[in-house]
Amino acid sequence: MSGANVTRGLRRGSARNGVHHWLALHRVSAFALVPLSVWFVCSLLSMGGFGYAAVVAWLSSPWQAVLACLFVAASAWHSKLGVQVIIEDYVHGHGLKLFAITASQFVHVLVAAGGLFAVLKIAFGAH
Amino acid sequence: MPARPLSPHLSVYRFAYTMSLSILHRATGIALSAGLLMLACWLMAAAAGPEAYARVTAALAHGPFQVVLAAWLVAFVYHFGAGIRHIFWDFGYGFEKPQARASGRWLVIAVVLVSVGLLYLFFCPTGVRP
Repeated sequence: MSGANVTRGLRRGSARNGVHHWLALHRVSAFALVPLSVWFVCSLLSMGGFGYAAVVAWLSSPWQAVLACLFVAASAWHSKLGVQVIIEDYVHGHGLKLFAITASQFVHVLVAAGGLFAVLKIAFGAH
Repeated sequence: MPARPLSPHLSVYRFAYTMSLSILHRATGIALSAGLLMLACWLMAAAAGPEAYARVTAALAHGPFQVVLAAWLVAFVYHFGAGIRHIFWDFGYGFEKPQARASGRWLVIAVVLVSVGLLYLFFCPTGVRP
């Protein structure tokens, strides 16, 4: 195979970073979210209602707060990558695509920062 | 845009129900991204204090929002189940057509059962809902 053909393939689309995206990022967060999701639903069920005191009591436990932080972080990461794949597939036009991905990343960072800060504030504030 | 066919080329395939499962995986994923935004708002409200939290939960207690919350729960169950199916595929298991069709059927059955169970636990009058 000539070098020209190889680089022509490499310069176009997902051949450049598809495996990296698959392996290092999206699926790892998927694995992590399997147990974390089960834990999250079980936690909501065992909180004994969604009153303020119940939420504070739940997140005042150190391990619960740590798991909640991991759940928020892994969910935001997984969501960011999933939304990016969908934008890459369905949003056409280079500029619009870039704008949509950037906007999605900003929103996801905001969600992650907000969720993590909230969990930590409740966890550190409750005694 | 590169001048070559780009995935997903939905229009070139004869429709099979497993395709709707795949589309549903993406659709529920998008729905759950919005749900994550809601989760962050809920946690921020709790962090802001009892008054802010009471305002948010009062808003969430309204009929339309309860329907949205129930839809998020079902989307969560579906995306979880379909995601596990994807993990098996990633390791090369169950990718043959008969196996994929069978796991698709089991997925739908499991999602319906688990969703009904969780909807009951979260939304029935004697459930954990305040």
